[in-house]
Amino acid sequence: MHDSGLSISSHLPAFQIAVPLLSAVICVLIRKARAAWLLATTVAWAAFAGACVLLNRVILHGTISYEQGGWTPPWGIELRIDLFNALVLIIVTGICAVVISASLTSLSMEVPEKKHNLFYAAFLLCMTGLAGMTITGDVFNIFVFLEISSLSSYALISQGATRRALTSSIQYLVMGTIGGTLLLLGIGMLYMVTGTLNIVDMADQLAMVGPNRTVLVALACVTVGTSIKLAVFPLHIWLPNAYTYAPAIVTAFLAATATKVAFYVLARFIFSIFGVELAFEQLHLDRVLMPLAIVAMFAGSIVAIYQTDIKRMLAYSSVAQIGYMLLGLSMASVTGLTGGIVHLFNHALMKSGLFLVMACVLYRVGSTHIDAMRGLGKRMPFTMAAFVIAGLSMIGVPLTVGFVSKWYLVSAAMESGQWPVAVLILLSSLLAVVYIWRVVEVAYFQEAPEDAPEVKKAPIGLLVPVWTLVFAIIFFGIFTSLSAGVAGDAARMLLGAGS
Amino acid sequence: MVTRHVILRSLSKVLIPLIMLFALYVQFHGDYGPGGGFQAGVIFGAGIILYSLIFGLPKARMVFRLRVLQIIMASGVLLYGSVGIATILKGGNFLDYNVLAHDPVHGQHLGILLVELGVGLTVCSVMATLFFLFTERRRREDV
Repeated sequence: MHDSGLSISSHLPAFQIAVPLLSAVICVLIRKARAAWLLATTVAWAAFAGACVLLNRVILHGTISYEQGGWTPPWGIELRIDLFNALVLIIVTGICAVVISASLTSLSMEVPEKKHNLFYAAFLLCMTGLAGMTITGDVFNIFVFLEISSLSSYALISQGATRRALTSSIQYLVMGTIGGTLLLLGIGMLYMVTGTLNIVDMADQLAMVGPNRTVLVALACVTVGTSIKLAVFPLHIWLPNAYTYAPAIVTAFLAATATKVAFYVLARFIFSIFGVELAFEQLHLDRVLMPLAIVAMFAGSIVAIYQTDIKRMLAYSSVAQIGYMLLGLSMASVTGLTGGIVHLFNHALMKSGLFLVMACVLYRVGSTHIDAMRGLGKRMPFTMAAFVIAGLSMIGVPLTVGFVSKWYLVSAAMESGQWPVAVLILLSSLLAVVYIWRVVEVAYFQEAPEDAPEVKKAPIGLLVPVWTLVFAIIFFGIFTSLSAGVAGDAARMLLGAGS
Repeated sequence: MVTRHVILRSLSKVLIPLIMLFALYVQFHGDYGPGGGFQAGVIFGAGIILYSLIFGLPKARMVFRLRVLQIIMASGVLLYGSVGIATILKGGNFLDYNVLAHDPVHGQHLGILLVELGVGLTVCSVMATLFFLFTERRRREDV
């Protein structure tokens, strides 16, 4: 049919899902920890390379549609890659690749070596699920992949060193299942109204049917369901425990990917399926989401200030940062949505960087309590320098990625004349200064206690991934054309498609 | 233990082979009639579970070792996925069975047969493994 060179690369979308899935299974079969790690790392980096090729192709040639099993959509299941999900796919695969590279060193501390191959299998399954949710063009497939990624992430979280990992995993399981069920209910109602599961077709059919009560209830179910997975403010209860007690590597991975993909799903449903008009002009979703986002920004940051465990502090900071993304989405303007999407990208870089720093500290010091950080600035200079840079980005200092996203959010707020919102964004950034400074002060301006054991510098296997992320934080803070440029085009596409 | 439940034991000796045979029927009849890998896997798994309920866990575990079940579990998924990869190598899309044989109808037949076999293997071994793991746990706590 095709010549083989062309045909293999045109199957790249299918490989993004099939290769991690099959490698996960192979990890179960090979029992050597190191071999499983090598396989998982190779696959993750290959997936990242594939995602970059896909984004490039989308930029050059427009949306890619891949027909699974040779069945034409809307009857068959298609994989559909446009600017928005190509960017999300890069985040998922890129963070996965960096984090899994670090896991060989860090994991040996927390998980018994006998279980390593199963750990990597669950890790790859989680990546399969997240990548699948991102690139599929079929709403039911979104639910199926959501379950794959969720079930494997519950297993990953439960591998934490303390027994509390088990209870937080169960807590996440209960919340996550409720979220998944609501999403499925919403999808079921949409199917009832439109008779199709294909995203593009569903949007066309919905436009013809017009809004009725079933559609509105479906929108409500989908919004609440994905908000649970996204950890929107009052539904975030599972997040701090899950992030605190999971193995450090798992936290660095999930914090940067799982909530981001949930955000993608929410945005995809609102903008590509229901449309801006229904969601924002008839139902006024923004009147619900914007206050929640602002409360999250403040509540998350304020609670973060009072935490004594730095991993837990960063988890609460994630709740606040999700608020920024949601704020961008709720403004439903091109600049606002650009801010939301670019913050998706930027927050993934900084949060997984910060959690990987915590993995270094945990590896050398054995605790992530704030008292354990005393004097670490001198004893682990490279590690703490990475924390400072990623922390500055969290605050939103110029030349880091955090500044770029705050810039877009503030200008979106001013564009729409919502001055109080712009002021609130800046005020909540000041709260980030407080919680980041607490750690910096303890690490640099307090001496280590005299009875403290000797601490060596972090192992190179952890430092290289950490600094890769730190360089990315600075690079994308200066050269914004890739991240913010693509995010801007994606936002224009989403809003154009909706109206 | 051996002398008790004579009726149950002799009945299940008759029934278990039939259950497993029926599972195979559902498995390989699934492409043209009601049935398929998932249902067949569940029925076969139920056969294994019935055996261990009646004849005791140690005997069942001698036949179905956890590691072997784990390998079957993985190879089921692997079989499914490799059919997909094979269709790509033969020039079609992922899981496009048409290209598997010379004629599309045969291709579809072969494809669905292999894929359902993969599903059946995985579902059956997952069922049995879940059962074994839960009963193991109980025994450990009793001791």
